[in-house]
Amino acid sequence: MYIREQEEQTLQEVEKKQDKNIISDETIEYVGILAKLELSGEEREQAKKDMKEMLDYIDKLNELDTAGIDPMSHIFPVNNVFREDVVSNGDDRENLLKNAPETKDGSYLVPKTVE
Amino acid sequence: MSREYETVIGLEVHVELATKTKIFCGCSTAFGGAPNTHTCPVCTGMPGSLPVLNRQVVEYAMAVGLAANCSINRYCRFDRKNYFYPDNPQNYQISQLYLPVCRDGSVEIETPAGKKTVGIHEIHMEEDAGKLIHDEWGDCSLVDYNRSGVPLIEIVSEPDMRSAEEVIAYLEKLRMMIQYLGASDCKLNEGSMRADVNLSVRRAGEEAFGTRTEMKNLNSFKAIARAIENEKNRQIDLLEEGKKVIQETRRWDDVKEYSYAMRSKEDAQDYRYFPEPDLVPLEISEEWIEAVKSRQPEFQPEKMQRYKKEYGLPDYDAQILTGSKYLADFFEAVTELCKKPKKVSNWLMGETMRLLKEQEMEPEDISFSPENLAKLIELTEEGSINGTVAKEVFEQIFAKDVDPVSYVEEQGLKTVNDAGELRNIILQVIKDNPRSVADYQNGKEKAIGFLVGQTMKAMKGKANPGMVNQILRELL
Ligand SMILES: [Zn+2]
Repeated sequence: MYIREQEEQTLQEVEKKQDKNIISDETIEYVGILAKLELSGEEREQAKKDMKEMLDYIDKLNELDTAGIDPMSHIFPVNNVFREDVVSNGDDRENLLKNAPETKDGSYLVPKTVE
Repeated sequence: MSREYETVIGLEVHVELATKTKIFCGCSTAFGGAPNTHTCPVCTGMPGSLPVLNRQVVEYAMAVGLAANCSINRYCRFDRKNYFYPDNPQNYQISQLYLPVCRDGSVEIETPAGKKTVGIHEIHMEEDAGKLIHDEWGDCSLVDYNRSGVPLIEIVSEPDMRSAEEVIAYLEKLRMMIQYLGASDCKLNEGSMRADVNLSVRRAGEEAFGTRTEMKNLNSFKAIARAIENEKNRQIDLLEEGKKVIQETRRWDDVKEYSYAMRSKEDAQDYRYFPEPDLVPLEISEEWIEAVKSRQPEFQPEKMQRYKKEYGLPDYDAQILTGSKYLADFFEAVTELCKKPKKVSNWLMGETMRLLKEQEMEPEDISFSPENLAKLIELTEEGSINGTVAKEVFEQIFAKDVDPVSYVEEQGLKTVNDAGELRNIILQVIKDNPRSVADYQNGKEKAIGFLVGQTMKAMKGKANPGMVNQILRELL
């Protein structure tokens, strides 16, 4: 009896976990705003599915016990890489501006942006 | 009404560091270059470019942190703050969120109610954004990335301030400290020091903080004071009307003297920070911290004591002169030349401060040379010019850095010390003013002042007033 209850509980937990990663319409809308993307209805559904799969995959990592391990942000054991404070770049404006779709008076031209 | 409320203020202060190059590339940080002439693939966010940290940025940040009694995080790291805006070419700003370089400091400020300690929550390093110029005619904006990647430190205070006066005292203290360190010139009007004000109100005696707003675009101490007053009243009015304060970023318009909410819901503030993968972490050793400590300059309190001891200056002089690193340096340069510290102090605290105030300038805007002030002091000391003429000449030095020796020569301002010439003019004055002469002879001591004045006028101010007085008394 006791064992069965425990099994049921675990099953529920697994289901809850899978549900957890279902991406709601609000979430995909919000992510779209943050990423400055406009998605068609079809693209939205696909993105919701893809994101859920990604999150399910990441959840696998959470199964590991990482207590007491510092989060790693870099894979190489290298610290303190510096440059000295010496000007080494000249004026390369013409070349850089070639990368811009539009320029004016030595500046990058963008749609009007006011705060 | 507002007496029932307490204002709670915390500050985020951005300071542009005085490095020669940007934080992550070898581009110059010089101010005022033609648009985009100080840029490269790194600071324009070209794909594939990689940032490399400028060591001097870390040194300055540590120096400011140590001066503000912070502890230095021995292990620190950069993070990406993601947002889209044309002044930010990478679509993220490299900053520090999780492990900033300095934490838990404090500075002491003077308030009308006495000394007060303002806590420093943290100091972190980050890069500045570019500048947007709005085209008046077209439906477009121009972007200049010269400022993109200029190193900043952000000094985040605890919400320990309660009034505009305290905020300004805190900012002045920070500015003085940082100028003493040479870490920045801290000019609010040029944007090398920028303060964002986090403000909330709560009923007096309440423990919990109210909802706060963040105020941006404050370009002077006056604007900060006005914005604080305005925002405090706006929040109190809302609460009095039974409405809620919304947590938001507001932009201050100092001309119209009001603020407005900056971002709509469409631009949710969700920066999705994550560790910057292109930069390796920093491990700051005890030796490095000690080395920075050993290079810390003489700060204001020590300098003030030294001025009193070494130059024999009164308390007041020492305090004013050391209140600005620029003024103190200037004082020392002039004193070195003329060896008359009290005279130099008088000129700086009197005429110089008067003209600076009149023209809304700061000591760092002084454009005349120490040499010319030293020469002027010598001219006065040897009696070549009198006090009135000296002030006149000083205005020329202040405005155009003229050489006082040749200026006095050219303008014929030298004091006439020739008793014979003076005597002739005084005889004429006596002849022309028989009434005053009679008054004086009848015991009206004051009348002599008028006669001295008339003589000075006839001499176009070039006479030595003491000498005029003496000759007059002889002749009467
Ligand atoms: Zn660059």
